Amino acid sequence: MIKLIIDKKTVEVNPGTTILQAADQIGIHIPRLCYMNLGDFNIENKPGGCRVCVVEVEGRRNLAPACATDCTEGMVVHTHSIRVLNARKTIMQLILSDHPFDCLVCAKSGNCELQDLAQKMGIRDIPYKGEQSTYREDTSPAIIREMDKCIMCRRCEVMCNEVQTVGALSAVNRGFMSVVAPAFEMNLDHSVCTYCGQCVNVCPTGALTEVDHTNQLINDLADPNKTVVVQTAPAVRAALGEAFGMKPGTLVTGKMVTALRELGFNYVFDTDFAADLTIMEEGTELLDRLTRHLNGDKNIKLPILTSCCPAWVKFFEHQFPELKDIPSTARSPQQMFGSIAKSYFAEKLKVDRKKLVVVSIMPCVAKKYECSRTEFSTDGNPDVDYSISTRELAQLIKRANIDFTSLPDQEFDQPLGESTGAAVIFGTTGGVIEAAIRTAYELHTGKTLQKVDFEQLRGMEGIRSAKVDFDGLELNIGIAHGLGNARKLLEEIKEGKSQYHAIEIMACPGGCIGGGGQPYIHGDTSILKARQRAIYAEDAGKTIRKSHENPYIIRLYEEYLGKPLSEKSHHLLHTHYFDRKKEITIE
Amino acid sequence: MSSIKVKLKEKDVQQIKDICKSFGNNPGELINVLHKVQGVFGYLPAEVQEIVAQEIHVSVAKVYGVVTFYSFFTMIPKGKYPVSVCTGTACYVRGAEKVLEEFKKELGIKVGESTPDGKFSLTCLRCVGACGLAPVVMVGNKTYGRVSPDGVKNILKEFDA
Repeated sequence: MIKLIIDKKTVEVNPGTTILQAADQIGIHIPRLCYMNLGDFNIENKPGGCRVCVVEVEGRRNLAPACATDCTEGMVVHTHSIRVLNARKTIMQLILSDHPFDCLVCAKSGNCELQDLAQKMGIRDIPYKGEQSTYREDTSPAIIREMDKCIMCRRCEVMCNEVQTVGALSAVNRGFMSVVAPAFEMNLDHSVCTYCGQCVNVCPTGALTEVDHTNQLINDLADPNKTVVVQTAPAVRAALGEAFGMKPGTLVTGKMVTALRELGFNYVFDTDFAADLTIMEEGTELLDRLTRHLNGDKNIKLPILTSCCPAWVKFFEHQFPELKDIPSTARSPQQMFGSIAKSYFAEKLKVDRKKLVVVSIMPCVAKKYECSRTEFSTDGNPDVDYSISTRELAQLIKRANIDFTSLPDQEFDQPLGESTGAAVIFGTTGGVIEAAIRTAYELHTGKTLQKVDFEQLRGMEGIRSAKVDFDGLELNIGIAHGLGNARKLLEEIKEGKSQYHAIEIMACPGGCIGGGGQPYIHGDTSILKARQRAIYAEDAGKTIRKSHENPYIIRLYEEYLGKPLSEKSHHLLHTHYFDRKKEITIE
Repeated sequence: MSSIKVKLKEKDVQQIKDICKSFGNNPGELINVLHKVQGVFGYLPAEVQEIVAQEIHVSVAKVYGVVTFYSFFTMIPKGKYPVSVCTGTACYVRGAEKVLEEFKKELGIKVGESTPDGKFSLTCLRCVGACGLAPVVMVGNKTYGRVSPDGVKNILKEFDA
C-alpha cells in the first residue's frame, strides 16, 4: 500500500492508483472533463488531454494531471491551491475560447459537462480571442455530429473502437484541424456506424446528439386528421423518472401512460405487447431450428441469434455478412408493433394506414434508423413513422407543463397494450433469451414451468453462458452485451467453435437500460444496475409472466395471424438482412 | 450502401496484401505498412487504405486518421516531376517564400496539389542540407541552388517535351 496526503487528508491506496482515483476514495472530487471511468464495464478513458484535473504535487516543478499521474509514497497533493485554481481557470478559458457560445439553444444544455464545469469554476469571461474551429454539421438518420462543439476528449472514440469495436470514428488530421470523424471524413451514414449511440451517451458536450423528432410529433398530435398511436419500450419506464429527479430504478409505467395520454396520443400502447409477439415468433423459430438440427438436418445452422437490436443487426451486416443467415428472421418488437398497428389495428379502426401515425418511445437512437429502413414500409409509408428517445419524451413532458412526479397511474389501452413479465425483461441484457426460454420450454415439453425465473441468465457480465435443462435436452445459452463482446462470440461461430444453441445479443452495455437514448448517467454505472432491478421487479409483479399466455396475443393469432411462422406472420413479422460490407471492385 | 469503385488492378491488390503480410498483418505495424505501400504507389488513395485496413484488421477510420496525422503520408498522387521548395530557415530568409509563390502562380496549384495533367506536383520541405545554396528547389532528384523567382520559369521549361 502507498500512503499519501491529499488536501491534508491521509489516504492509503494500492500501487497503480492515480491521484484522481485516490481523491475519489476520500470524497474529493477533482474536476475532470476528458476522463471517463465506467468501472463495471472495465472502460476507462484517461488521455490526460484536457488538463482540467491538474493538481499541485509538493516537490514537483509543474502541475500534474491527476487522472494520469500515479500515486507515490509520501506524496503531498493540493487539489485547490491558488496555483491550481488559477491554472485550471486558464485551462477552462482556453477550452471555451474554441467553443461556440450557443448554450441557450444547444440540445445538450443542462446536461453538458463543459457547461457544468464552467459554472462550477465561476468562469465569467473568456479573455482569449482567436480563431474558432468550424466543421460542417453531419446529420444521419439517428445521430447528429456538430464537431464545432467537440473538445477532443476522445471518449466517443473509446466507446466506438474499444468497447463496441465498430471502428466508425477516429481522430483525423492534426493540431488545430484535428477532428473526430468517420473514414475519409465521410458522413456518418456512409460509415460502418451502427447508431448504437454509445458515443452520444458519453459525449461531455453537444458535439454528438440524437436527431430530434419532437417537433414532428407535436405537429402530428395537433393534426385532427391523424390518429396518433404510441408504443413504449420496456427500458423507458425504468429510466424516465430520472429526468424528473426521481431515484434511479423508480418504475414510472403508470405515470408514463398518463403523461402520454395528456400529451394527446389517441392510443397509448406498449412495445411489450410486441415483445410477447416476438417471443412467439422467435421462440417458435428457435424450436423449429433446434428440432430440425437435432434430427440431423445439415442445412440448419445453429446457434440462433436474437434480432431485436437494430444496432446489433447493422453491426453484423457490416462486419459479419457471411453470418447473416444465422440471426433469427424475427423483426424487432418495435417493427412488429408497427406492422401489426398498421394492418390488424388499422383495419379494426377502419383507418387508412397513411392517416395512422405510429410513434415509438425508445431507450435507443438506433431505433430511429430502424424505422427508416425501407423494408419496413409499405408503398413508402413506414410501419413506424418515427421514434423518439427517453430523453426526448422527458423534454416533451416538461415542455407541455406536465408535473410528471405527481401524475396518477393509468393503464395502457387495448388491444396492443397488454403484456407479460417476459416482455418487460427485454429491457435488460439476458431478458430476451429468458423470455424465449420460458415460452420455448413449455411449447417444447408440454409441461408447465415450476419456476419462471432463470437466475443463471441474469447479471451484468459482458459475456455470460448458462445451461438450461429442457426436460432432458440440455441447451447451451450465450449472452453478450456491448458489441465488442458480441464480436467475440461471432468470431467463435465463424471458426466453427461455438458451443451455443442460442445467443442473445444487445449492442449497448447493460442492454436497452443502457441504451443510447436514455437519460445521461454521467459515468455512474450503478444507475444501470438500479434500472435492471426495476425491470426484474416489474416482471415479478406481473400476473402473467409467459408470452404465450398473453390473452391479446392469443386473440391476435386466432383472429389474424393463424399461427407463429404462418405465411401471414412471415409477411408481417419477419425480415431479411443485407450484406453491407464494402465491395472493393478490382479492374 | 455505395460500393467503392477502384481502379486498382488485381496485381496491385496482391502487392498491398503481400506488404501487409510481410509485417505479419500486425495492427501495430500500420505506420510501417503505409510507409511501404506509399513507396510503391506514390500516394495512399482511399481504396488502398481500405485494403490495408481489411488486411491488418484496423478500422478504415483509424488508417485514415494515421494518414492524415503524418505529413509524410499523402492521398494526392505526386506529379511526374515533383517540385519541392525548401522552406527551412536558411532558404526562408533568402526568399524561398517568393520562389514558392512563383511556382504556385506558374503551375496554377497550391502546395500539396498536382497539376491536372499529372506532370508537376508542389510540396514544401524542410532543409536538404544545402543551406549554402539557399534558396534550394528540388525537382525529382535534381537540385537547383540560389533560385530566384525569375528563374522559376526556366526550371520548369527544362521539363517540357
